[in-house]
Amino acid sequence: MVGIVDYGVGNLFSLQSSFAFIGAEVTVTADADVLAGCDRILLPGVGAFEDAARKLRESGLASAVLDAAQSGKPLLGVCLGMQMLFERSFEYGEHEGLGLLRGSVKPIRPVIGPDLKVPHIGWNALHFPKDKPVSPLFRYIREGDFVYFVHSFAAMDCADSVIAETEYGASLTAAAACGNVFGCQFHPEKSGTVGLNILRAFCETS
Amino acid sequence: MITKRIIPCLDVRNGRVVKGTNFTGLADVSSPVELGRYYSENDADELVFYDITASSDGRRLFADVLRRVAETIFIPLTVGGGINTLDDFDRVLKCGADKVSVNSGAIRDPSLIGAAAKKYGDQCVVLSVDIKRVDGRFTVFAKGGRENTGLDALDWIRRGVQAGAGELVINSIDTDGVKGGFDLELLDAVCQTVSVPVIASGGAGCIEDFLTLFRTLPKVDAGLAASIFHFGEVSIKDLKQTLLAEGINMRL
Repeated sequence: MVGIVDYGVGNLFSLQSSFAFIGAEVTVTADADVLAGCDRILLPGVGAFEDAARKLRESGLASAVLDAAQSGKPLLGVCLGMQMLFERSFEYGEHEGLGLLRGSVKPIRPVIGPDLKVPHIGWNALHFPKDKPVSPLFRYIREGDFVYFVHSFAAMDCADSVIAETEYGASLTAAAACGNVFGCQFHPEKSGTVGLNILRAFCETS
Repeated sequence: MITKRIIPCLDVRNGRVVKGTNFTGLADVSSPVELGRYYSENDADELVFYDITASSDGRRLFADVLRRVAETIFIPLTVGGGINTLDDFDRVLKCGADKVSVNSGAIRDPSLIGAAAKKYGDQCVVLSVDIKRVDGRFTVFAKGGRENTGLDALDWIRRGVQAGAGELVINSIDTDGVKGGFDLELLDAVCQTVSVPVIASGGAGCIEDFLTLFRTLPKVDAGLAASIFHFGEVSIKDLKQTLLAEGINMRL
């Protein structure tokens, strides 16, 4: 059972539908006990980091997510949910994240230069680091496949955990992983067949 | 590098797509679910659904349809038509829309843009603007292009983006339905005014029109069209293959 963490941020309909579509059992829950009974966890998120991180803590679900990760259950953060896996974010101030991945979340504007539009909205290609084996998350997709992004901030200083990058004026972190903890900056639930294949691979990780 | 987007747009009345389509292999050419799936499987980068129903019964049918579309199609969905309040945003987002397009509702109540952007994020708020030249000036029209608001279009767009609109759909009434190409002069003026993504609408008649659009105005992010896709005059795959061969980045 995939447990989608419902801490009052964003629209979980598409994520839930995506898992249902690939035949995975899925539940959307705000109950830490239900999450404890799931064998893998999906941490979603849209909007502002500070607000989302506060809601995750206040709902008591941050500790449920940390417990799940520490017990070795596969955990996938999507978009802002991925950003919250890192140590801190510099989105309008400095805010503490869950610290499951090393690195911090910073605005993309200073690294992409002045000409490109922010947010980075649209379909962009995934590139896998040449010096690492391809992540199990990408076992069903190929280098260069396109996924859908919507973001103004990205994880930086996280070379150890990067499993995919995308080019937008600079190489931006598209996905990161450390052990059983995975994060996608893009939206697999909005990335067509490629995205569904990433979710399918997540459901098969152990 | 990020691709340009090709977006088919479907008008829905009482839960059915208006203007029939002529795709072979579709059991029901007016089913939003079947058409949505068809486009999603045939290289559309995003879908736009406009609810052109006026009645509350029609609205309810639209919500059902939207939910079923969102359960089966995993590309971004934008929904517009009849969006006047935050409750309207809520209503369509709960059914699985990713972005909500506002037009006349924002003209009546400009604070709607800012309130929605604050609640759902800028990326969720698409400002759709119908524009026509009046005495040589780009002017905003409301109510599906029937009512001259007297608003200066570039001024209105600037205000909308400042308030939090994350994307713009620029529909030229002057070129719409003529199939003589997009309104490059208008789109150029818009691109020079704001820096959020711009979706060009109105005037596409053939593949060449999209090539001219993206070549002439590299800042335009997407091209939107309805009838040329629905009637099979242009297949999205052919369009994207041609653009890709001409050096325009496309997802295929």
